[in-house]
Amino acid sequence: MSAYSITEPTRRSKWVAALLVTLYTVITLLPLVWIISTGFKSGQDSISYPPKVVFQPSLEGYVNLFTTRTRVSSDEFGNLPPPATWYDEIVRDQGMVIAGPSRFGERFLNSVIIGFGSTFLSIVLGTLAAYAFSRFKVPLKDDLLFFILSTRMMPPIAVAIPIFLMYRSLGLSDTHLGMILLYTAVNISLAVWLLKGFIDEIPREYEEAALIDGYTRFQAFRKVVLPQAATGIASTAIFCLIFAWNEYAFAVLLTSGTAQTAPPFIPTIIGVGGQDWPAVAAGATIFLLPVMIFTILLRKHLLRGITFGAVRK
Amino acid sequence: MPNPIEAAASATPRAVARRIRGLSDRTIAWLFVAPTIFLLLAINIFPLIWTVRLSFTNFAANKPNAEVKWVGLRNYIRILTDDGIWANMQTTAHFLLWTLFFQVVLGFTLAWLINRKFKGNDLLTTLIVLPMMLSPAVVGNFWTFLYQPQIGLVNYVVEVVTGTPASSFSMLGPGGLAKWSIVIVDTWMWTPFVMLICLAGLRSIPDYIYEAAEVDRASKWRQFWTLTVPMVLPFLMLAVLFRGIENFKMFDMVVLLTGGGPGNETLLASIDLKREAFEKWRTGYSSAYAIILFVTVFGLASIYVKALNKVKER
Repeated sequence: MSAYSITEPTRRSKWVAALLVTLYTVITLLPLVWIISTGFKSGQDSISYPPKVVFQPSLEGYVNLFTTRTRVSSDEFGNLPPPATWYDEIVRDQGMVIAGPSRFGERFLNSVIIGFGSTFLSIVLGTLAAYAFSRFKVPLKDDLLFFILSTRMMPPIAVAIPIFLMYRSLGLSDTHLGMILLYTAVNISLAVWLLKGFIDEIPREYEEAALIDGYTRFQAFRKVVLPQAATGIASTAIFCLIFAWNEYAFAVLLTSGTAQTAPPFIPTIIGVGGQDWPAVAAGATIFLLPVMIFTILLRKHLLRGITFGAVRK
Repeated sequence: MPNPIEAAASATPRAVARRIRGLSDRTIAWLFVAPTIFLLLAINIFPLIWTVRLSFTNFAANKPNAEVKWVGLRNYIRILTDDGIWANMQTTAHFLLWTLFFQVVLGFTLAWLINRKFKGNDLLTTLIVLPMMLSPAVVGNFWTFLYQPQIGLVNYVVEVVTGTPASSFSMLGPGGLAKWSIVIVDTWMWTPFVMLICLAGLRSIPDYIYEAAEVDRASKWRQFWTLTVPMVLPFLMLAVLFRGIENFKMFDMVVLLTGGGPGNETLLASIDLKREAFEKWRTGYSSAYAIILFVTVFGLASIYVKALNKVKER
């Protein structure tokens, strides 16, 4: 008889478990599938009852997401030149003509700029601080680390009031720089805690050997520790990026135009009589897909990231 | 233990020693930590102190030139004696307790099932986790579409499964369902969080403990309650701590789903705070409100962490 453990679950219990978990997975993914499919429905199909599972795919949502349109009376419609492009045609089918591009592109770009900017800053500052906390005797180390973590407990609205006032007097309201600094301040606690964990796992002997070989502390940090911590830094960066990408409260309170990111913008996409659901779904799909891909890439470090390094597995 | 750096330094010529050491470790430590501390002081602590200061005044941010008066504790007294605010606190507590309850039950059950290690459990775990990583605002907004009265997907599913006519109820409208609707969305989003942490807890239990229990002829039921549950408890409590703090602060998902309505049925404290601060512009009053909320979450979290440490020590 081969190695057999009495604690190994029976085949039947595995089957039952697999079945139940699959059932949950299907139910939990349904809203996400619905977001993606609604993006490819026409306005009519999106609000039909019973809800349509099989439908004629349409790019109406995506075209509406990127354009602003005006309604044209039927008299004028006859006088228009024939539609020049496929997206002109889709808009004409709705009885409208394209008036110009929408703001979605800009808002998405803002999300990219602010997301990457704040992630870069959090990682630079976080790595330095994490290295110091990991390797040196910093006075009041535990208190400082707890202080850094406790900043995360504050309700965003509680600090939003004075930050709003502060930014107004410094001219940082509704600027990329202001949002980058703010998101860095929010993310830094996560960055320091996670990176400290990753750096703690790198044996000190490597650096000590480098120091003996004539490296300065700084060189040892740059040439020995940083390459060793690369995976940890990359996954911490993705966590910071996802947070900045998803953040809504500060964005809606502190930005209105130039620096507005996508999350406050997407819910404001409206069509005739309320929200233009295919366009909202199209915007949500474009906005959520990168995060879904990153989540799958991150799955090994997920647990660590969401618990600030408290649970490591 | 002799420090190898010191040893190396003393054995080499002075010029080389200086190069090895460069800046002293203490200087480097401060240089590395200072930017982080400075940033947190500027964007977290300074604003917090400012909030405390504002909370004793009648300042209104939309009238920056009006005369600012000290009002002492008046803002605090008004908040603590306001029935409306106590109602919001109850709404917050309802949301907090029920989301925690469902997430713990579902999250633990899922983790327990996944821990049977059936084929494909890794793939399913990754898929289940997806909702929690997504933007609560964008997803919350889309759920209003799923919750649409009469024609929404949720109403349709309920009609198909239970036979209740889809037009007879409204998930976000009047009728008392709204406060359950926000619990459902939050549970959908965050059950995977509790699940992942419980899974780590279950996987941390070594097999030999169960083997010993088998030898002792403990029933599966008994093993579950006397081994599995106590050993996962610290993990579960940690998950509850994280979710509790987050849901006390909950703003984005609920504000986009219901905006606090219908009426004030889902008016969580943080949504009410946003109205006071950025719609009614009662800056001084809302600063006091913010401080009360912060002290509450900080106090509750501290008590909870003490309890958690006790469980860990056992």
